[in-house]
Amino acid sequence: MKNECMTILKHEKVARDTHLLVLEGNLVHDIMDPGQFVHIRIDGFYLRRPVSIADYDPAKETMTLIYKVMGDGTKALTNRRVGEQLDVLGPGGQGFPTSQIHADHALIIGGGIGVPPLYSTAKKLKENGVAVTSILGFRSREDAFLLDEFRALGEVHVTTEDGSLGRSGRVTDALPCVKKDYQHYLSCGPTVMLKAVADHLPDKEGYLSMEERMGCGIGACFACVVESKDEKGYKRICCDGPVFKAEEVVLS
Amino acid sequence: MNLSVKLPGLNLKNPVMPASGCFAFGKEFAQFYDLSKLGAVIMKAATKEQRFGNGTPRVAETASGMLNAIGLQNPGVESIISDEIPFLKNHHLPIIANVAGSTVEEYVEVAERISSYVDAIELNISCPNVKEGGVQFGTDPALAKEVIRHVVDVSVVPVYVKLSPNVTDIVEMALAAEEAGASGLSMINTLTGMRIDPKTRRPVIANGTGGLSGAAIKPISIRMIHQVYQAVTIPIIGMGGIETAEDVLEYLLAGASAVAIGSANFKNPFICKEVIEELPRTLSRYGFSSVEQAIGGAHDEEVETSLLRS
Ligand SMILES: Cc1cc2nc3c(=O)[nH]c(=O)nc-3n(C[C@H](O)[C@H](O)[C@H](O)COP(=O)(O)OP(=O)(O)OC[C@H]3O[C@@H](n4cnc5c(N)ncnc54)[C@H](O)[C@@H]3O)c2cc1C
Ligand SMILES: Cc1cc2nc3c(=O)[nH]c(=O)nc-3n(C[C@H](O)[C@H](O)[C@H](O)COP(=O)(O)O)c2cc1C
Ligand code: FES
Repeated sequence: MKNECMTILKHEKVARDTHLLVLEGNLVHDIMDPGQFVHIRIDGFYLRRPVSIADYDPAKETMTLIYKVMGDGTKALTNRRVGEQLDVLGPGGQGFPTSQIHADHALIIGGGIGVPPLYSTAKKLKENGVAVTSILGFRSREDAFLLDEFRALGEVHVTTEDGSLGRSGRVTDALPCVKKDYQHYLSCGPTVMLKAVADHLPDKEGYLSMEERMGCGIGACFACVVESKDEKGYKRICCDGPVFKAEEVVLS
Repeated sequence: MNLSVKLPGLNLKNPVMPASGCFAFGKEFAQFYDLSKLGAVIMKAATKEQRFGNGTPRVAETASGMLNAIGLQNPGVESIISDEIPFLKNHHLPIIANVAGSTVEEYVEVAERISSYVDAIELNISCPNVKEGGVQFGTDPALAKEVIRHVVDVSVVPVYVKLSPNVTDIVEMALAAEEAGASGLSMINTLTGMRIDPKTRRPVIANGTGGLSGAAIKPISIRMIHQVYQAVTIPIIGMGGIETAEDVLEYLLAGASAVAIGSANFKNPFICKEVIEELPRTLSRYGFSSVEQAIGGAHDEEVETSLLRS
């Protein structure tokens, strides 16, 4: 893990309140798996903000983040301009173990701002010869992003809560449309969605990326714990996760 | 520049150490810099058995600070002795164990078990985030004295008592600790606070209240150390909102002999190392040639420190 001032190469709006940020720096070489995150310091805010790595390219030393404005910190982040530096700590945590998934077909299930880390995950799976089907859920048409990018990797089913794009409903409503020959699913989104997904797919091998408020982001403060089913009884999302096997953690 | 400070049980090569609960047991920070650069290290609280702590969310951001209600999550004293202390010992720096408990018996058992593995004990009678024990011992001088006496009796190393700022009269608590046999004081722990989310109309932190730390609390800590320094003769380890070498100097002047840096480690994992590296320049800029010289400087109107006020 590094702490680096990375240069902003690109910063643009990609959907309602949703921004794409391309950063350049050495830290990119440390990324092990898709689904890891970085912890960003924003001037005037005491705590760093965790944001997933949506895509990365070690050859160009760049990584892409996609974030949604949820409060004052992410709002302040939108004011940062191309050419400026951003204080980034990372890459943190354990991502999706794509190299360990040896299968013909895998299912990606992303909800809202949980979609970004699944993009590089889907890319890696495809590179490894795994066919990828994606179910991407958004609140509404204006919130949707990365659809063309996912379509370039495989079959995509879109759901929106208001029916303004794709199927009306939730990601789990699209499950019947997907051919059942996949053994693995990889999912990121709000905890309620992860729970619904895990409940629908009890006989598949699932990987879930979780969220919790963080202090340090490196495993030292015990702010980000989630209950686990092992002897230890807990996992830290920032370093043992954010990606866990579905059966490892207790979703509430 | 002489940065060394000698305190009961602690031969510090510099006066800066990470605060309890903000550095775990050092492993995570060892990937960023060599821990032997630190003056000492204060470990995360130890209780008798493993504790899982409070529900989440456990942290919330505030203006110039943060609230936390971790709830003393730790693997228990035996696991700390066998799995954590050996790693820190490799770095050849003084180790301070933060001892917590729900009852006098638990404090005593933990202190008795851990004291021979460390250089000093920081007795945590000031955690605001657990239902039993913790801060009740830190707000009642009679209870404080009882637990301190028993812990001092069983400990083979000096005991520093960590004071809670959530009291009306901090001097009364400091005097109680001194009378009960404390070798030093550590101050301050967090201030009880709360944030409410307008959307849910509920506290942001699952525990309801949390402990406020960070830059926001520094003036309170400085004031309390300034008061206590005049009343006691035992040394003080100061903490609360330290982010720069100037902050360290302010603490030394108020009367602290050493300092601990807590939440700022979350913002900048290199903070302790950077502050240590900057300290000599800061001290000399204000006319000091050693750390010792600056300790209590705000109380000593006759010496040259007053010349620097212009
Ligand atoms: C591992 C991980 C990966 C993430 N990846 C992304 C991503 O790729 N894109 C994206 O848009 N968002 C992502 N998030 C959520 C993002 O961190 C929050 O939306 C953001 O911190 C909100 O900050 P704010 O200042 O705008 O909101 P505020 O509500 O003002 O923030 C106040 C405090 O709460 C914390 N906080 C608020 N919401 C969350 C949350 N959902 N998770 C964790 N902390 C929160 C903030 O970090 C801050 O400390 C991720 C969260 C985690 C834990
Ligand atoms: C996340 C967190 C956990 C803490 N855990 C402990 C603890 O286990 N024992 C203790 O005595 N103090 C604990 N503290 C208090 C700190 O050691 C310190 O006294 C306080 O945070 C003030 O310093 P700061 O402003 O530099 O953070 C904790 C503080 C934070 C922020
Ligand atoms: S955020 Fe500190 S342990 Fe995870």
